[in-house]
Amino acid sequence: MADNKKDMPPELKEKLKAGFNQEWRKELRKSFPMKERMKIKRQKMPERNPDERNQDFFEVNRGLRAKAAVAEAKRCWDCANPQCVKGCPVGIDIPAFVKMIEIGDFDQSVRKLKETNALPAICGRVCPQEIQCEVVCNLKKATGTPVAIGNLERFVADYEREKGDMFIPSLPPSTGKKVAIIGSGPAGLTVAGDLALKGHKCTIFEALHVPGGVLWYGIPEFRLPKKILEAEVDYLKKLGVELRTNFVVGLTATLKELKKEGFDAFFVGTGAGLPNFMRIPGENLVGVYSANEYLTRVNLMRAFEFPEYDTPVYLGKNAVVLGGGNVAMDSVRTAKRLGAEESTIVYRRSRVEMPARIEEVHHAEEEGIKFHFLTTPTQFIGDDRGHVKAMECIQMELGEPDDSGRRRPIPIEGSEFIMEADLVVVAIGNSPNPLIPQTTPQLKVGRWGNIEVDWDTMATSMKGVYAGGDIIRGGATVILAMGDARIAANEMDKYLQNHKKK
Amino acid sequence: MAKILKRERLVPNVHVIEVEAPEIVRKCQPGQFVIIMPDKKGERIPLTVADWDKKKGSITSVFLVVGTSTHKLAELKAGDDIPVFVGPLGKPSEIEKFGTVLVAGGCFGIAAIYPIARALKQKGNKVITLIDVKANYLLYWEEKLRAVSDQFHVSSRDSFYDCKEYIPHTLESLLKKEKKIARIHSIGCTYLMYTCAEATRPYEIQTLVSLNPIMVDGTGMCGACRVTVGGKTKFACVDGPDFDGHLVDWDELFMRRKSYFDDEIHSMCYWEKKNFP
Repeated sequence: MADNKKDMPPELKEKLKAGFNQEWRKELRKSFPMKERMKIKRQKMPERNPDERNQDFFEVNRGLRAKAAVAEAKRCWDCANPQCVKGCPVGIDIPAFVKMIEIGDFDQSVRKLKETNALPAICGRVCPQEIQCEVVCNLKKATGTPVAIGNLERFVADYEREKGDMFIPSLPPSTGKKVAIIGSGPAGLTVAGDLALKGHKCTIFEALHVPGGVLWYGIPEFRLPKKILEAEVDYLKKLGVELRTNFVVGLTATLKELKKEGFDAFFVGTGAGLPNFMRIPGENLVGVYSANEYLTRVNLMRAFEFPEYDTPVYLGKNAVVLGGGNVAMDSVRTAKRLGAEESTIVYRRSRVEMPARIEEVHHAEEEGIKFHFLTTPTQFIGDDRGHVKAMECIQMELGEPDDSGRRRPIPIEGSEFIMEADLVVVAIGNSPNPLIPQTTPQLKVGRWGNIEVDWDTMATSMKGVYAGGDIIRGGATVILAMGDARIAANEMDKYLQNHKKK
Repeated sequence: MAKILKRERLVPNVHVIEVEAPEIVRKCQPGQFVIIMPDKKGERIPLTVADWDKKKGSITSVFLVVGTSTHKLAELKAGDDIPVFVGPLGKPSEIEKFGTVLVAGGCFGIAAIYPIARALKQKGNKVITLIDVKANYLLYWEEKLRAVSDQFHVSSRDSFYDCKEYIPHTLESLLKKEKKIARIHSIGCTYLMYTCAEATRPYEIQTLVSLNPIMVDGTGMCGACRVTVGGKTKFACVDGPDFDGHLVDWDELFMRRKSYFDDEIHSMCYWEKKNFP
């Protein structure tokens, strides 16, 4: 698997250097010494009161105020060798946009961001900065607390959107090349944004009725308000990107048929839309959901506004969510908001092995979510109507590390016990969506149903077809999908330049 | 957005809807379904494709009015736009030359079985069509079905047609009479498909059923439609909707279909009160 520890491409290095040597940046560095900058405390992200927010679906984080954002930007040293950019899968020129915040030029700052990231308001909210740009921040090495890059990214993106006039960069003349992007999740949106800026005509095909993929059906309103997603999608439309919803590539038309329609290149970003289950007895009882179904009902179909919206969802009293990732946190916090008296995470490993973002775990705890570690269900128990009422669980202990580097959980014999649960959400991951591989026999597919790519170019085994995101990785993150998309878009642009229309 | 070309009541509580869908028409095959949403607040509901017109670029489906979203559908008229009409979804039915094939349908399934009967007939099969209605005035598409059938039988509880018993009994007498039936394909409510499968079990005739569990996305993403077939969990939307009726865990399907019984009533009351105060 590709990682982000690769050396920076030389173009990016040069761009960073040129920015670093700009007069105003030199002045700014001189005007305020590093020592002074170190004295400023990291600005706290204002959050809504946990007891209030766990009753509704409004956003938890309120966003930094302008004054706080400028103060936070001052903490940044504007390093000669910015590690943060290396940590960013899409290679945002972080020092540049942060320094523009410091001088109060928020308009230029957001433009800088958008040179490399068409979706800053989304990334500022859902990227795990703490393991990417912020973890390698030189300030973190010195003081223990990195610059809050994610919060700053969110700040300028929100500033521009709330101001009401989104800056639309001037587009180069059309190349006459047509690109089909399959799936409108984070990978697809990124490819569309990048290639539109290069003058290619992009069409995104989406199976559902709204664009956004997992950003819409997966990530809840309280973490990513849908109006923000809509605004970023709207921005892409202004760049000339065409969106075709209600179109299932593979079924409504195959890749081959689209090729005949005149598309010159393809990007497959169809995600990990195949939920994994525990495969234990009772899993098909009523009230046992996959996280995909549970979140889709609530986020996409808006079951939290039932009966104004027609789609219902179970409101458990004892909600249990199986898993320890971000999707599990989203599900368990959703159950709480829908009125569950007890909302509990059941995870087979211990706290430190949980793959969820620390911020999400922290937010969940504040909201009254319970955690039951080193536990896994062995069967679901139903009532006479076939509705789940309890789980038989077994306790685990941790053994030697497995392939993932995390310690393997081992069941403790004889430790079975019964846990009450009238709503169960299985959030143990997803597999790549099989629709495109099944209907495109020429595509080489790996062991897990993932499309195989050359990790340096994201090219698949079919000429002119690229892929990225969860369809090649299994379940990963929004920003990794965007990183793949960035590489793919660059390669697709090169491919299109050499590609002659038949 | 898709445009409604026609929406009519066929018989009490059963409506036909024709929707402009030039892309779906190109690919549509017997046994597949579409997902439709009557308005932005509606549910995504699966409807089996009952007919299509390649020239016109339209898809026809028949539905039973049962919950809020189907009530909303029944209120639509020609010229209206609906936000979701997506497909064709699911695997097409297996259409080969089997010899003699019996197709059985009831309720919305009378229409849903039609393209399968037509395709089987075109492949050179002898098609025996068996339709179940509670009373004679609930029968529709008789001419269409007769045109693609070698034999046409109707079970109706009012003795109006040739048989007055419920479909499995009629099916059994047909099985005794027609010794060479190679397979059976049935579509309708879960109970009809279940009883058909049970009726043919002792005869060991391959019996296909087109399952209708609750769905949400219809593309394999959510798993709402999971059914147990031969001891394995399958997703009806991508692995089906056709399955071997003798291997289906019917009790589980009945139970899962009733998942939202109370919510459905609540939703209906809310919608009626709001729209017909």
